[in-house]
Amino acid sequence: MKSKLKLIDESGRRIDGRLLDELRPLRFEVGILKNADGSAYIEQGGNKIAVAVYGPREVHPRHQARPDRALLRTKYRMATFSVKDRKSPTPGRREIEISKVIREALEPALLLEKFPRTAIDVFIEVLQADGGTRCASISAAALALADAGIPMRDLVTAVAVGKVDGRIVLDLNHLEDQYGEGDMPVAMMPSLNAITLLQCDGTFTLEEFKEALELAKKGIGVIYEKQREALRSKYLDALKTYRVI
Amino acid sequence: MSRIEHVIPLIKQKTIRALLEKGERLDGRKPMDFRDVEINVGVIDSAEGSAIVNLGNTMVIAGVKLGMASPFPDSPNSGALIVNAELIPLASPLFEYGPPKEEDIEISRVVDRGIRSSKLIDLEKLVIVTGRKVWFVYVDLYALNHDGNLLDACMLAAVSALLTARKPKTRIEGDHIEILDEKEPIPIGNTAISITFAKIGEYVVVDPTYEEELAMDARLTICYDKEGRIVAIQKGGSGYFTSEEVIDLGKKGLEISRKLISKLPTPLSE
Repeated sequence: MKSKLKLIDESGRRIDGRLLDELRPLRFEVGILKNADGSAYIEQGGNKIAVAVYGPREVHPRHQARPDRALLRTKYRMATFSVKDRKSPTPGRREIEISKVIREALEPALLLEKFPRTAIDVFIEVLQADGGTRCASISAAALALADAGIPMRDLVTAVAVGKVDGRIVLDLNHLEDQYGEGDMPVAMMPSLNAITLLQCDGTFTLEEFKEALELAKKGIGVIYEKQREALRSKYLDALKTYRVI
Repeated sequence: MSRIEHVIPLIKQKTIRALLEKGERLDGRKPMDFRDVEINVGVIDSAEGSAIVNLGNTMVIAGVKLGMASPFPDSPNSGALIVNAELIPLASPLFEYGPPKEEDIEISRVVDRGIRSSKLIDLEKLVIVTGRKVWFVYVDLYALNHDGNLLDACMLAAVSALLTARKPKTRIEGDHIEILDEKEPIPIGNTAISITFAKIGEYVVVDPTYEEELAMDARLTICYDKEGRIVAIQKGGSGYFTSEEVIDLGKKGLEISRKLISKLPTPLSE
């Protein structure tokens, strides 16, 4: 039986001291992996996730190639030491489902038709997990794809909202995810008002659903700015070096 | 050897869109019409609960089996629910045997989430000896014929099989647990129903056929419980929805779910 853990105190602060609509500390880095065509790293609360993009490149096995567009493949994996009890290194059903929904969250943003008969691989490795890893992975993967120079309609930005002690809160941490009443990951192309990932687990009335979606949009707006900053800062640095030469 | 691809001729895609512009569909339905649903329960004697669901030409079967096991360490006072869906080659030339693919896993996990979040089964009442022995409820789903919207068909079948499933009574003497021949309904606390929408161009239809799934850009499944609360959501496909669309579908889905819920069998435990 789940113990009745109090997740929001009398002053309206959450278990980690945040307000209901406050994000966890967030940091992006772009271009961290030299071998990859594009890469990014995200720290969001206790999450630490690295993403590499390889491609567009030749498709293996060949028969998977699409004559009219690039094949997007995503692999979301968790390191064995990323959680409290060692995770088995074999990918479970959860990782396979998450890989699928992440691919479908990124796909609408990519101009895959520009690279027929090629593959674009997105490899996501969760090094440390603290709730909301699929969302953090998406935000980082979008940066890695941009870093790889893949043409995009917009970045993709994601955050989980949820219901904790009956209140709608932004950016669930591990405890809120585990003991809360509901969890709703949302990904969007923020400039286009396009929702590219929407999942939910737990109970929400229609009114709560609307409220949660609004709160997610608000959080996504803040994360989007951080993503753009991270991308810009990498290229501003590159520009400086170039000028010296 | 022929290889069947997940493709649809452009001409058919154009027809589907042209019809939708007039608010019509290839099979004569209106955009928000669900296909006829037929549910038969208790079809398998060797299962503790079972159901065959016909949703138009889509057909799936669900079987419930129970097993006695040690509880999971993180939930010593609770039974367990394990949902598994298999899209077997019997159902479509597109399916093959082999390790479960993304599609099978997604169906299993969404059905699992809907049942779990709604608290359809009261898992805490499935404890035999606290911390030591509990019932595991296995819900296994097989696609028999694929004509689109396997997810909603699987949800209907899983829920119908559970609502009508029985578990053996047990007698405990010291360290020994005896399983009796006498059976009782499994404890039911709620119900769950899923409604799947497909977005085709700028149009949205409910309960897509296979052809409509091939033509769709994105999919949205919303699960409701009997109070009309949302208990699970899953977006699929490589397109997107606007937030206005999502909220509108939340309302439309609720209306449709209310009609569909009446087709479910009455729980044995009532």
